[in-house]
Amino acid sequence: MDERTRPLRRRTLLKAAAGAVGVAAAGRAFSPLLGPWDSLTLDEVLQRHYSELTPEDKERVFRRLEEKARQDYGVAVTISDPQPRPRTKFGYALNLSLCIGCRQCAQACHRENNHDRRTRNTYITVMEIGKGTLDLSRANSRYDHPVPLPDKTYMPVQCQQCDRPPCTAVCPVRATWKEPDGIVVVDYDWCIGCRYCEAACPYHARRFNWAKPEVPAAEVNPDQAYLSNRIRPAGTMEKCTFCLHRVRMGRLPACLEACPAGARVFGNLLDPGSEVRQVIATKRVYVLKEGLGTVPSFYYFFTV
Amino acid sequence: MDAPISGTGGPTAKAARERHWVSYPRFLLHALAAATDGPPLFYVWMILLTGVALVGANAWAQQVASGMALTGMSDHVSWGLYIANFTFAVGVAAGGVMMVIPAYLYKDHDMHEVVILGELLAIAAILMAMLSVMVDLGRPERFWHLVPGLGQFNWPISMLSWDVLVLNGYLLLNLHICGYMLYMRFLGRTPDPRWYVPFVLVSIVWAVSIHTVTAFLYSGLGGRPLWNSALLAPRFLVSAFVSGPALIIAVLAVVERFTPFRPADGPVRTLVRILRVTVLANLFMLASEVFTEFYAGGAHTDSARYLFLGLHGHARLVPWIWTAITLNAVAAALFLLPSVTRRRGVLLAACAMTFVGVWIEKGMGLVVPGFIPGQLHEVVEYTPSVTEWRVTAGIWAFGAMVYTVALKVALPILDGRAARRASAAGD
Repeated sequence: MDERTRPLRRRTLLKAAAGAVGVAAAGRAFSPLLGPWDSLTLDEVLQRHYSELTPEDKERVFRRLEEKARQDYGVAVTISDPQPRPRTKFGYALNLSLCIGCRQCAQACHRENNHDRRTRNTYITVMEIGKGTLDLSRANSRYDHPVPLPDKTYMPVQCQQCDRPPCTAVCPVRATWKEPDGIVVVDYDWCIGCRYCEAACPYHARRFNWAKPEVPAAEVNPDQAYLSNRIRPAGTMEKCTFCLHRVRMGRLPACLEACPAGARVFGNLLDPGSEVRQVIATKRVYVLKEGLGTVPSFYYFFTV
Repeated sequence: MDAPISGTGGPTAKAARERHWVSYPRFLLHALAAATDGPPLFYVWMILLTGVALVGANAWAQQVASGMALTGMSDHVSWGLYIANFTFAVGVAAGGVMMVIPAYLYKDHDMHEVVILGELLAIAAILMAMLSVMVDLGRPERFWHLVPGLGQFNWPISMLSWDVLVLNGYLLLNLHICGYMLYMRFLGRTPDPRWYVPFVLVSIVWAVSIHTVTAFLYSGLGGRPLWNSALLAPRFLVSAFVSGPALIIAVLAVVERFTPFRPADGPVRTLVRILRVTVLANLFMLASEVFTEFYAGGAHTDSARYLFLGLHGHARLVPWIWTAITLNAVAAALFLLPSVTRRRGVLLAACAMTFVGVWIEKGMGLVVPGFIPGQLHEVVEYTPSVTEWRVTAGIWAFGAMVYTVALKVALPILDGRAARRASAAGD
């Protein structure tokens, strides 16, 4: 026993020393985490899903988010939580005969929704399509010339607010869902950032925050809502909400207001008198990738 | 239902009187000692793996601190190397079942002796798969949102919620089976079939389920024509039955070369027989996909065209996938040669080739072209960043560490060396 114990002890000591070195090295390897996780409060980490927040919870969370915006972006913002209005289902119609491909809508979206300035993010991609087809595989989103060209059709694509949205079905944590007024939203404070929804969406409507968004204080839109245009945290998904913070207050989406061609029509699909209903009833209307069964609330139409 | 493995000749009567609250900690202590003891080469190996794992950990920590912009991914190609490795690792975990089925359903005694190598491999591979998803999350600190009961678990609608269940279930099953067998052997007792055979049978079905669910993650997406194929789940399983057995043959060779443990020849012969079929079946399914994609043609073929031929001058994956096809084809030919069973070098080369071939084919060769062209037919290519390679290397090193340690603990116990030493020390 004795002759076996001594070398064993020395070996145990060596093992303990190696273990200590290993732990120290691991501590050093993980040290970059200290920065971001130091600024996370327990309240943030334990925050519940939007649907579980009481009015008091919301009050506390919204005030904290406002304070955070002040600290991080140096600007006073208000975060509201406008609710869906009864007997309302929002729909969009876009006149391809009028669209001139100027991308004013995309730029308005960029400003309105506090998008990252570095990546020039926006929820709208404008496709330029040649004559004789509407096939997206023959379209081009990277055109860089004066518009409109006479032989081209221009097609802005954004979230289609599907009635059967593949993106909400795949979310493992229910961080994205369809509201009663038809708008598909994301709880940016609940999303885990797996990007499964981005893989599932057939319209390239979703965006991921690959880094913390950069917006100069002077350019921040301070009129913000929890489920729409508040500045998103890094590592979470975001998407077009039909400017929920505007349309639920009776205003129009920013992309519509910016359109110089008058190509965009927005309204309540449940109101038979609404302009969008008139378009669907009287024009030649089609939806994008109808064969996939996603049932969009976004319609394209022609007047000539 | 099965002939229990003969005891190691330990003092069974004495062991039966043992109380678990004494003997189980003793077992764990023994495992700790066995896991940290070895010849110099073992220490070199473990220090190397620790180093690589820590480089990966550091790269991940930086990625969390600065954001996923450190990766090569984009809003167009939103999954990359991490999810590719996740898919492959799930396959390796499921592939271990190719030892379990001969051992338990076909009563292959020699395979039964080494089947725990496959079950331990499943544990290491599942941990790698879970880590690969963890490092892909933009908000890893919110992982608890995925915990059923605690968060908001979108089950049964989201395939990812199924994956959480089946992967964790498979991990627990294999932990139980391996832990129970080793503990009983450590005590010198004959394992009670009631405590492991039902779990083993469930684990066989479960192994199929983990890779089926992983395939359904992709094939359920109607907007991605390359993935939206009924063949995807069968293909995943067949390629898992390539990569798993290939790796196990290599591990058996390493074990024979570097440890006193002497596996019988039978298991390798059985695994080669399996591989002869699965490597060919995998190539056949690939050919079947290629035919279906290209013969009909149309815009739905664009992803396949990008992968195999290049699209609009973009061809970053073309050399990559043809490397995989060449490796798999050459490996298939080698496995058919009679010399593969006689010449160790040929066998190991064939295993290495097809392992790498499958890693390419069902990893980046499947995940990345699913995103190219994008949903609006924009072509944005993807190359993994240095951060992604580091994190991935770290996960592989971690998996290798887990497997090494598991084998270090398990093999002497299976051998009876541990039992003999324990009884010698006790007397």
